[in-house]
Amino acid sequence: MLDLTPKEVAERKALRINPCKTCQPVGAMYCALGVHKCMPHSHGSQGCCSYHRTVLSRHFKEPAIASSSSFTEGASVFGGRSNINTSVKNVFDLYDPDIMAVHTTCLSETIGDDLTSYIMDMDLPEGKYVVHTNTPSYVGSHINGFYNMMMGFMSYLTKKTGTSNGKAAIFPGWVNPGDTRELKRIAELMKVPYIMFPDHSGVMDAPMTGKYEYYPKGGTTIPEIEALGDCDHVFGLGDIISVEPVEFMEKKYKVPGTLLPMPVGVAATDAFIMALREFSKTEIPYALEEERGQLVDLLLDCTQYSYQKKAAIFGDPDIIIGMTALALEMGMIPKYVITGTPKEEFTRKVKAMLEAYGVEDCIVKANADLFELHQWIKNEPVDVLIGSSYGKQIAKAEDIPFVRAGFPVLDRYGGPLMPTVGYRGAIRYVEKIINALMDRIDRDSADEDFDVVM
Amino acid sequence: MRQVAIYGKGGIGKSTTTQNLTAGLGEMGKKIMIVGCDPKADSTRLVLGGLAQKTVLDTLREEGDDIDLDTVLKVGYAGIKGVESGGPEPGVGCAGRGIITSIGLLERLGAYEADLDYVFYDVLGDVVCGGFAMPIREGKAQEIYIVCSGEMMALYAANNISKGVSKYANTGGVRLGGLICNSRKVDGEAELVAAVAKELGTQMIHFVPRDNAVQKAEINKKTVIDFSPDVPQADEYRTLARKIDGNDMFVVPKPMSIDRLEQILMEHGILD
Repeated sequence: MLDLTPKEVAERKALRINPCKTCQPVGAMYCALGVHKCMPHSHGSQGCCSYHRTVLSRHFKEPAIASSSSFTEGASVFGGRSNINTSVKNVFDLYDPDIMAVHTTCLSETIGDDLTSYIMDMDLPEGKYVVHTNTPSYVGSHINGFYNMMMGFMSYLTKKTGTSNGKAAIFPGWVNPGDTRELKRIAELMKVPYIMFPDHSGVMDAPMTGKYEYYPKGGTTIPEIEALGDCDHVFGLGDIISVEPVEFMEKKYKVPGTLLPMPVGVAATDAFIMALREFSKTEIPYALEEERGQLVDLLLDCTQYSYQKKAAIFGDPDIIIGMTALALEMGMIPKYVITGTPKEEFTRKVKAMLEAYGVEDCIVKANADLFELHQWIKNEPVDVLIGSSYGKQIAKAEDIPFVRAGFPVLDRYGGPLMPTVGYRGAIRYVEKIINALMDRIDRDSADEDFDVVM
Repeated sequence: MRQVAIYGKGGIGKSTTTQNLTAGLGEMGKKIMIVGCDPKADSTRLVLGGLAQKTVLDTLREEGDDIDLDTVLKVGYAGIKGVESGGPEPGVGCAGRGIITSIGLLERLGAYEADLDYVFYDVLGDVVCGGFAMPIREGKAQEIYIVCSGEMMALYAANNISKGVSKYANTGGVRLGGLICNSRKVDGEAELVAAVAKELGTQMIHFVPRDNAVQKAEINKKTVIDFSPDVPQADEYRTLARKIDGNDMFVVPKPMSIDRLEQILMEHGILD
């Protein structure tokens, strides 16, 4: 397995091997699936759309619906106007969504299709909407695609009437539906009336009912997206993924915003809850205090096994910032922290956290790949690898305990139903990480050290 | 802020006219930015005194998205700001995409947020693909001027560009402000261009005579107004600047059929 990865690290400028990211439309498609009765639409060739649906389906183990403009050679030469017009007509006729969320692809971006004017010229059925965003895959990553699609929805739909609706907008960033449920539970405990946008709960974790529905019950509704402009405040979770949507809300709708790290671990969850408390002026309920206490208790109990253990953490910027925070809270050393998304802000944030904990000699890199991570591990091994399924070969090759986290997890089940965020999410991940470390102790211990009580 | 795009047949003098014209506007105290949308990156050479700043796309290629506006935007004669989007060398890559990328990047970097009276887009030749139409899409240039001469092919191109403009006029709100005749000393040139302009539903906003002063100034990497402010040609550009500044005739052009175009050409001296 990965036998040919050389130990010597060579400077590479252009080539990425085993990239730690995927392309913008995947993010746009995922974002759009978090809107109720929305059909994501890929404006490009069919292959793009198929791939994006596949990745999402394989992670969530749920159908990920989307339609395609089905570009041919003709469309690439003459532009995709007639394709999008036919698509929109067919999709509303056949699949009857309330809204279509169009994202572009490399091809339609490169030929310069002007979707703004195409959509403006369309005759849409009464009460139906088409929104769009630009998602060239060769820019950024799926993270950009996700927030671009959010802003696409908002710029078409969101209005400011001038009358406050007394609600807080919560932008959860790229999280699993299990996380969205946890964030909603926390907001409800904090008595914060909210609009969650997007909201994948009830869509990408929809229950088996015996009857397949194109559009399950969940998702942010169109009236909710319209009402975002009348919210009193916006809480953007994820320092990287939510920064632009929060700025957009501030600039365009004058909704004041707070950008928070994805609430993974004690401190980041504290920050989220304190921000909600500021909004609702509510006492923090005992239920949350109790969970926090349980988490701290767990951290203390297992610290003898986690302290000074080295971790390599890779994946999408915000979840990785969160996982790094949690690892630090567990007393671990986040030896290598990488994301494939090209955002230098990631590096700055992680370095600041390492500095705050006085942890040195770690490598933090954005726009990095798993090949390089593997090379570093060959030079100085770690005790645990934390990240998406794409790390499993490295884990096998180097015989390292592996904890799956983030996106995509293609080779395990149930993850998207469970939270990573909040105190509960942290309890879950402390358990996962500590179990991985302790399983290794068990596996490697001599018979005389193999203990039932640890 | 008025956003103006200059189109025209290749080699007709778009860059020269744009820069000399902006020098005139600059002299009037207007605050101007020129965005060069030509892979050759020669749209700001005269106002920046030959100073070849790094193009947006070269910077993007070498340094990634973390670009500082100052590295790509330079200030030249009369405080005119110049940006070159740049692009691939001939025969490779996609120059149209380059323009989309580069304008998107300038927007993100806040190049348009400065206190500007005019933004000029100097766009390469014909609008050959979606990328080259970027400057006339919604929210960008609202006015177009087409540089042409009395030569058949230049007018043919002007008619073609008018087709593009009329297509975008419905959604983007872009309008044709007029034809600028950059004289090639063709017989009956002014009358011919004026007649074509009239047929398109627009005006010939100014007739810029041919003068060696332009050539002299260009060799010295300057605009005429900068290099030789007292020559008659400098006044021509000042007049053009004043006319554009005061222009209030903005139309959706009515492109004509090739037959009609050829008919006009015949009426105006070509057959003499």
